[in-house]
Amino acid sequence: MLNKSTTKTPMPEQEPALRARNFEEVAFGYTQAQAKREAERCLRCKNKPCVSGCPVGVDIPSFVGSLAEGDTAAAADVIRRANALPAVCGRVCPQETQCEQFCVRGRNGEPVAIGRLERYTADWAMEYGEDESPTDPNGVRVAVVGSGPAGLTCAGALARLGCAVTVFEAFHKPGGVLVYGIPEFRLPKAIVAREIAQLEARGVAIETNCVVGRTVTVDELLTEGYRAVFVGSGAGLPTFMGIPGENLNGVYSANEFLTRVNLMRAFEKGAQTPIQPVRRVAVVGGGNVAMDAARCALRLGAELVSIVYRRGEQEMPARAEEIHHAREEGIAFHLLVNPVSLVGDEQGWVREIVCVEMELSEPDESGRRRPVPKEGSRVTLPVDAVVMAIGSSPNPLIRQTTPDLAANRWGCLVADETTGRTAKRGVYAGGDAVTGAATVILAMGAGQAAARAIYEDVTSGRI
Amino acid sequence: MYRIVEAQRYNPQVKRLTVEAPRVARRARPGQFVMVRVDERGERIPLTIADSDAASGCVTVIFQEVGCSTAMLGALEAGDTIADVVGPLGVPSHLEGLGRVCVVGGGLGCAIAYPQAKALFGMGAHVDIVAGFRSASLIFLEEEMRAVSHKLTVCTDDGSNGCKGLVTDILKAALEETVYDAVIAIGPLVMMKFVCLTTKPYAVPTIVSMNPIMVDGTGMCGCCRVTVGGEVKFACVDGPDFDGHLVDFDEAMRRNTIYRTQEQRSLQEHICRGEERLHAQ
Repeated sequence: MLNKSTTKTPMPEQEPALRARNFEEVAFGYTQAQAKREAERCLRCKNKPCVSGCPVGVDIPSFVGSLAEGDTAAAADVIRRANALPAVCGRVCPQETQCEQFCVRGRNGEPVAIGRLERYTADWAMEYGEDESPTDPNGVRVAVVGSGPAGLTCAGALARLGCAVTVFEAFHKPGGVLVYGIPEFRLPKAIVAREIAQLEARGVAIETNCVVGRTVTVDELLTEGYRAVFVGSGAGLPTFMGIPGENLNGVYSANEFLTRVNLMRAFEKGAQTPIQPVRRVAVVGGGNVAMDAARCALRLGAELVSIVYRRGEQEMPARAEEIHHAREEGIAFHLLVNPVSLVGDEQGWVREIVCVEMELSEPDESGRRRPVPKEGSRVTLPVDAVVMAIGSSPNPLIRQTTPDLAANRWGCLVADETTGRTAKRGVYAGGDAVTGAATVILAMGAGQAAARAIYEDVTSGRI
Repeated sequence: MYRIVEAQRYNPQVKRLTVEAPRVARRARPGQFVMVRVDERGERIPLTIADSDAASGCVTVIFQEVGCSTAMLGALEAGDTIADVVGPLGVPSHLEGLGRVCVVGGGLGCAIAYPQAKALFGMGAHVDIVAGFRSASLIFLEEEMRAVSHKLTVCTDDGSNGCKGLVTDILKAALEETVYDAVIAIGPLVMMKFVCLTTKPYAVPTIVSMNPIMVDGTGMCGCCRVTVGGEVKFACVDGPDFDGHLVDFDEAMRRNTIYRTQEQRSLQEHICRGEERLHAQ
């Protein structure tokens, strides 16, 4: 039976005023009845336009169809074949610009809530589904550098093909950006831990506390008996603006701020990693990371949190839903302003952020209208903390210790986009380490493509 | 988990631990450090590698108990375990080509400077060491430093070991007599700053080891930024060694106070909890 509603079945979520002061998940997820009702909106198009918008190629009409029939187990099976981290993707994928953008129902009303349905299915599978058993080993050892979305996906896909995969992680906990970057209220760490546990059950080994490029090099991994190395080390090097006052006390990179809060759990009583108590915070940037940092600051007890962004809301790279959630929670938006300096007090603590007003001119190479400063304008905000969330680039440790691995002028590794192959034999790369900071699902797509190429190269004797 | 094989207390604040960490031990070079997390709820703390032995797979750290985390680490003994030891991190010290060196250590800095002195001495360099402590009871590593130097001068602030003075006084006298290829200074920021001011008129290259606040130690958090020659550097991946004549010490000193209030509170709470446990026993 087709559900003819032109709008998505709403997903219940915590009240903004309440959730702005806790770290619990914002959205509660669908019940089975809600999921079934939403799944019934799917037209089951023969040509499956939604699938073309999914970087990992989940057979969306098939899993949604199973949900409409009330068979969640079958839906979970379909998703699992293509997606190693469905509970993660169901929460943090920018569905509106991927699968859902191509949904035929979206032409006249809202598209099918594919992301919410994926989340429902994955959560159900975690609760009731069975872990997949390991594939028979084929004797091929592969090393994966980094346990973020790219690395985990690559590892999962290779393990399913029978490879013995070891994932090397620099931090003490696997998950990469999923654990240090994305906050608990958007992606509970227990969900990430469970998805990783499923990969381990499938035979993936994870070695934490190993910094490839320092503890061990890519070349050493190749001589240690790994036939291939996939580098999915992400883009973890923070960018600063280079403006006066940026080294004042109270000025954080988004990485530092989010790592203290998310990975080191500075928000919990008893955690030993300190975080400075903040009253008025400015977060510079307009992406998801900026929204995450702003919303974390609010939850840590800040009275006034502002987003400072040099373009307008239309140009913000953050997901519409995240901007909407941030607004609901009371984050102030200062748009079309750009910081030019930070001013401190006598003790060296940041006290004021000085900005110029901007206006938009012609679109630049990113397709967004280029911001230019308005002569003589000046806007100042009083602050006691500033978080710089203006992007990041790949960490240099691997390219510094692997001289024959090529990188471009932004420090991104050079690799074939569709296979992850680099010019160095046996070495593959993908995710943010290649593209610069992007999304979880694009990194996963790259990890999956590299896994296919590695398997192909191993079985054809190319490596 | 990383097992402690040996523990030795030098003085009420300073302790030495030797830990099994084979991958780290295999690659560790003088000047590098590890990030240590004591237990599940612990913070990540950077500690310089004081010694390493690839054969036994062990690394040694010497640290001062200043906050809750280092106090917890200090409470551990041989046989106990540490949740995480990551490394070796940072760029190894550039010691090649140095024929005549003065190594200046202040307090705990002596432990950090020791591997450099040892490596240089082993490479055949002429090594003089100036080591400063607050008082005689706090002196440690004296015999070890003597064994890797041609001349060791240990001075104290209060003169309780018979040699009263600041390291900069001893260094200045040495600079008058000897032409050094380099001075390596490791200790509190204020000491390193004044060593650099002392060596500047003599135009002796002066290497300092920065120990700013860090979270990850791999170039990710950016909180260890140090201004060197007007440029922002990350101590964890660009350092920790820098040209001391170019370092903005005043900024570094200010940045090191960021969490002082929280640190003191957490240490106080840690002491209180410890006392509660004692009373409960």
